[in-house]
Amino acid sequence: MNLSILFSPEYKRIARDGLWDNNVVLTQNLALCPLLAVTGTATNGLGMGLATIAVMVASNGIVSLNRHLIPSEIRIPIFVLLIAALVTLVDICLNAWMHELHKVLGLFIPLIVTNCAILGRVESFASKQEPLPSLWDGFMMGVGFTLVMVILGAMREISSTGTLFANASVLLGESFRFMELTVIDDYKGFLLTALPPGGFIMLGFLVAMKRLFDQKAEKKA
Amino acid sequence: MDFETIKTTLKAWLEPENLEKLRPKLGYQTGVLAGFALAAALLLGMADLVTRDVIQLRLEEDLKAKLEEVIPADMHDNDLLFDTVTLPSADANLGAAETIVYLAKKQSDVNAVCFKFVAPDGYAGAISLVMGIDKTGEILGVRVISHTETPGLGDKIEISKSKWILSFNGKSLDNVSFEQWAVKKDNGIFDQFSGATITPRKVVLAIRRGLEFYKANQDTLLATGEKS
Repeated sequence: MNLSILFSPEYKRIARDGLWDNNVVLTQNLALCPLLAVTGTATNGLGMGLATIAVMVASNGIVSLNRHLIPSEIRIPIFVLLIAALVTLVDICLNAWMHELHKVLGLFIPLIVTNCAILGRVESFASKQEPLPSLWDGFMMGVGFTLVMVILGAMREISSTGTLFANASVLLGESFRFMELTVIDDYKGFLLTALPPGGFIMLGFLVAMKRLFDQKAEKKA
Repeated sequence: MDFETIKTTLKAWLEPENLEKLRPKLGYQTGVLAGFALAAALLLGMADLVTRDVIQLRLEEDLKAKLEEVIPADMHDNDLLFDTVTLPSADANLGAAETIVYLAKKQSDVNAVCFKFVAPDGYAGAISLVMGIDKTGEILGVRVISHTETPGLGDKIEISKSKWILSFNGKSLDNVSFEQWAVKKDNGIFDQFSGATITPRKVVLAIRRGLEFYKANQDTLLATGEKS
């Protein structure tokens, strides 16, 4: 396959949209339910993000391949059906073959269904575009989502328990134990940021920071 | 019809122009929705067939690992998972109408028992526990299987967060009086956590109920060894 296509203006645009301009969380303000539920630690955020990328790529791909088949009147039930089936598939496959990971993420995987960002991408992008750009869009949107999850998770983890990427070796394997850091020794803990309201407050800071960046960039231009 | 003709008909039917004409038709829409539902059902059904046994195996491994945490390996020579007695526990307030008791036997004498139980009234929901008890009624070990208590406060009941749960080892209804089975705030002997009293209180009370459940069934359980 010719990978140089990824550097064409169209694909660059898609990547930029997913990572920054039209970021699922920071700009579209979607997917807040799984976001606040799992970003207590950076590791959980990362795991949830990876599972979401898989579902987003698969759902975008399938819908784009079948976009001529699906009548617009019944597109929503079909999309929901597809996404629910894919999430269930990911759930049972993880449970069977990556059981340790499933024990960490198990609770959160069904939450992917509630991630309206997936339905949003399928509806606004994949149902109108060729399969390849759709796959790329699903991937980049997923990566953008994962980045925010990890950043928010890291902010909350450091401020609530003083560690970073705790239990990363359970998620990624023993060779990633080096990622587990204790940022602040003998930290007494700050409960608020571990709880969902703290997540909401942190998210507010992140969104505000992104707006500030954008404003500055606009002034320069 | 041979394979080639089916292929050409299907190809012509799948042309975007043809599908465009079909899409507004009610019958077509019903068919497509049913088709997707059928495909999803088939996919999930097959995935379930493939994974069911593997998942069952993994869950058994998990359970075995949990049981072995609370029953030392030198106390039994049987397979805990398959040597069980199911007892009615509706009156014992252990969160289930029936409790499966895993028997640890050495030379077919019951040496210890182990069962899962639930503290239904934790601060944020049910707390699921597993406990091993030796035949005299002394606790060999208790572990929390799952809970939804407050992170940073109530989650000190987990062995990975705090050694608190080990303070039950060696305790029984005989060497700790009924009133002492409580947290220190309630004049008992077990620590509470700073900022969280309800979680440890409920865990202590659930463990006491578990011991009472064992005592009530002690004779039945110990007798099962001699029979086999």
